Amino acid sequence: MLDLTDYGTSNFFQILKRRHPELLAALHSSNAPSNSTVTEASFHQYEGTTVLAVVYDAGVVMAGDRQATEGYQVGERRIQKVYPVDRHSAIAVAGAAGPCIEMAKLFQVEVEFYEKTEGMALSLEGQANFLSHLVRANLGLAMQGLIVLPLFAGYDLKQQRGRIFKYDAVGGRYEEGDYYAIGSGGKDARATLKKRYSLGITRQTALEIVAEALWDAADEDIATGGPDLIRKIFPILYTITQEGVSEVPEATVEELYRELISRL
Amino acid sequence: MSTPYYVSPEQIRQDKEDFVRRGIAQAKEVVVLEYRDGLLMVAENPRKTIYKISEIYDRIALAAAGRIAEYEALRVAGIRESEIKGFRYYREDVTAKWLTNLYSQHMGAVAQAWDAKPLEIELLVCEVGITGSETASGLQRNQIYHIAFDGIYSEEEKYAVIGGRATAITEMLEQRYTDGLEMRAALRLVTETFQNIEADTDTEDGYEIAPDTIEVACLEQTAERRRFRRLSTDEVTALLS
Repeated sequence: MLDLTDYGTSNFFQILKRRHPELLAALHSSNAPSNSTVTEASFHQYEGTTVLAVVYDAGVVMAGDRQATEGYQVGERRIQKVYPVDRHSAIAVAGAAGPCIEMAKLFQVEVEFYEKTEGMALSLEGQANFLSHLVRANLGLAMQGLIVLPLFAGYDLKQQRGRIFKYDAVGGRYEEGDYYAIGSGGKDARATLKKRYSLGITRQTALEIVAEALWDAADEDIATGGPDLIRKIFPILYTITQEGVSEVPEATVEELYRELISRL
Repeated sequence: MSTPYYVSPEQIRQDKEDFVRRGIAQAKEVVVLEYRDGLLMVAENPRKTIYKISEIYDRIALAAAGRIAEYEALRVAGIRESEIKGFRYYREDVTAKWLTNLYSQHMGAVAQAWDAKPLEIELLVCEVGITGSETASGLQRNQIYHIAFDGIYSEEEKYAVIGGRATAITEMLEQRYTDGLEMRAALRLVTETFQNIEADTDTEDGYEIAPDTIEVACLEQTAERRRFRRLSTDEVTALLS
């Protein structure tokens, strides 16, 4: 039956919480299992690692490696960690893979739901703030080791530039003006970005240093997956500009890595 | 003590129908028609921010004639139910037929309730096919469902019209509609039909069909996930010039 209740909100998360809390079990802290079970389970859960974003002259590049680990094992070689949100934004996630993917999916639905019911797109700032609430809602699970950390990037149509937002586990939101990387290989990726980044770089340079940063992260960090030339698995890269979000074709990414390897 | 009275169910139904017909007779029309690349939706609507055609889900749109406030409630509820279903299962599991049933049950229940006013509204629920409708079958085709105020619905093909002068417009389209029209030709067909109908009926309201007095949207068979697109006045002007 059609539910015509006036929920008084364009907030999909709130509506789900009231009507279908069971669909939020992966994210909502009140449904978290007790401490002991999680410690036991943490060896049977997938962890996603390194994702990053870099601002360039026409917008922002967002990228992530493809590996998920299960303890000391490779859990998944082709996982996706970067997801387009609306026409001008994307989210990347690091942490417990299940809740991570769930958060990215919920966030995407949330932003689209707002746009359709209100008849206009939610501002980039509005999206970044809302993501804080989702991270905070996950605090209970985070305390028990099921941490989800997003990196959010987009093209701000009003300010006409690419912007990056990072978060801490309690939902704190911080803006980065040039680049950032999170996940277990995040520190290694940031080290490369720090050396290679300069303001106002072109798209091509941005793609090159993103590829190199992920290469270095995979080199130093055992949980980060490098390009797999045999299985043809490469990091996923998205560019976000005034024209919208678009995935960098796999052939281009392969070319970036062949070029990088030839220089080693 | 009041005198008990009896009204036959037929009479009640007739009264409600007359009541709604009087309301809908005032409503401006909305036309949906299949064109080469999907479904084109056109409404007579001079307002700039209040829409009669809107996006519900990836491949689904909703158009209405009648009371805007009632349409608005149904629109938001439709988006909500679709998003919940898509979130629970899979985005492709949300279909126009499912949504039509949902609306139909609600509108039927309201129309039958003895203490409620029936909804003064008619709906078109549209879904663009996955591939070209020529080769596609069943739920992969373009679909257009027409829901009357009492929840009774029908499946339409090629085109559908709602609003006060729907019958007259349908007759005009019958004569002129052809398969595989391009967007420009399809839009012209509808605007010319609107112009004819405005000329035929007495034009006390002085309504003129121009790019800024019609609302145009389409559902395109593209690779994009969200197929719904609203055409700006500039785009409409360019298509009609």
